[in-house]
Amino acid sequence: MHSSIADFISDIIENSIESGASSVIVDIIEENRVLRVYIADNGSGMDEDTLSKIKDPFYTGGAKHQHRKVGLGIPFIIQAVEAVNGEFDIKSEKGYGTSVYFSFDLSHIDSPPLGDIIKTTLFSMAFDGNYELVVNRHKNGKKYSVLRSDLLSALGEIQSADSLILAKNFISSLEEELN
Amino acid sequence: MSKLSLDDLRKLREQKRKEINKRETSGKPIEIIVGMGTCGIAAGAKLTLEAFLDEIEKRDITNVLIKQTGCMGFCTNEPTVKIRMPDMTDAIYGNVDDKIARKIVDRHIVNHRLVNDHLFDKPSVDILEES
Repeated sequence: MHSSIADFISDIIENSIESGASSVIVDIIEENRVLRVYIADNGSGMDEDTLSKIKDPFYTGGAKHQHRKVGLGIPFIIQAVEAVNGEFDIKSEKGYGTSVYFSFDLSHIDSPPLGDIIKTTLFSMAFDGNYELVVNRHKNGKKYSVLRSDLLSALGEIQSADSLILAKNFISSLEEELN
Repeated sequence: MSKLSLDDLRKLREQKRKEINKRETSGKPIEIIVGMGTCGIAAGAKLTLEAFLDEIEKRDITNVLIKQTGCMGFCTNEPTVKIRMPDMTDAIYGNVDDKIARKIVDRHIVNHRLVNDHLFDKPSVDILEES
């Protein structure tokens, strides 16, 4: 089970990238302790049949290792939102992409903590591959955006420790402005 | 810290590059590869990743790449980490939490010695069973 909402965000962004998306857009909207997250991609998408199976923890796409018996990313989120009357929705179209939405009332006693949005954003930028990732972070009326293309343009690459440390400081400085 | 701009970021990166070029660094980088599938995330692999980055920063070690892979199939031993270094054999470690990550930086990366009790050495286990 993931320990924070930020972990769910990491997991779904990774799904998007693994589905072959060249573009992933994430909106993290926090307003008066209600959190809404939208993650949309232009990856391979899923047909209706597959979409009906993904909530099953024992369903796995088959693209990963041979002996895999579970696909837990989506079921984990559903379990967490159901415990706190949160919301979850997923839409997908084969050949077009997928969008995932979930929301949590952060003031609910059983809500998972928000977690580390800074590190989540940072490490999501650092996967292998040629993808654009936009993270729009909104908090009580204020907002900032981080674009992978901007980071790559400023740093050259984003897998060296040196670049990651600078990018971490950059994202931290933006998050601090929201408080 | 006041808000950094992308331009600040670019300048800081160039500055760091110049500093590195002044030092003697060997060609091939050290690679720290952390499993970041659902199993890894659930086991705390993001904290493992942070610990590596933090320890590398503290010790000012250069020429290090920190990468993530999807599920490698070692789900019961997550967080798992592969270390590749120019002058050592590749090593896969299992059950790497914050503490073990820092130990790996100290022992394996800095002192070129394996952290034996966390080695996830599947191939040799198979060979042992056959003999």
